[in-house]
Amino acid sequence: MLEMPVEPGALAAVLAKLDPALAIELLGERVRLALNGRLIGEAGNVVLGPGDELAFLPPVSGG
Amino acid sequence: MADVRITETGFDPVDELARFNAAHRSAGGIVSFLGQVREEAGAVEALELRQYAAMTLPGMTTLAQMTERRWPLVGLLLLHRYGVMHPGDPIVLVAAAARHRRDAFEAADFAMDHLKSESWFWKREKTSAGWRWVEPRAGDHTDLARWRA
Repeated sequence: MLEMPVEPGALAAVLAKLDPALAIELLGERVRLALNGRLIGEAGNVVLGPGDELAFLPPVSGG
Repeated sequence: MADVRITETGFDPVDELARFNAAHRSAGGIVSFLGQVREEAGAVEALELRQYAAMTLPGMTTLAQMTERRWPLVGLLLLHRYGVMHPGDPIVLVAAAARHRRDAFEAADFAMDHLKSESWFWKREKTSAGWRWVEPRAGDHTDLARWRA
């Protein structure tokens, strides 16, 4: 698991500052997003506030 | 009240069950399931499960609540290991205690099917070829679908 502090702001702005190859992986069809531990459906309108934690979740394998 | 835990250091299934049984004396039946790292010659040397603190334990707690709503249980235990494990190590222990055995069987089965395919764990296996991430088996989803009928 990779953790990375980022500046607050819209998801698009956050992704724009990452390595493009990483950003493309993160936007993969099978990657789900969770904001502060809750799954979110639409990534498009995510705006990160101070202290928010956004997780990019690859397919789980289960326990 | 369910007992829901994750641990990186491992657990002793015999101790855990002895404690669970003693804590639920009003149960007429206790059903338990132990999942362990399979030992096969030339196969998996090690297995690693990773968790995400913001979701893994909270998700298991929600699963425990779903299970308790569906069957009248006296007690429920969901205990899951994460980190690096080796063949023979316990991975998961589920125990359901109920007044009547049918409820205990079904509740343990339900909880296990959901843990296998819907819980927030990421798994990789080490073989002689190195580490490899594991995706869910199709059968895990079929198992889960049984409960949605």
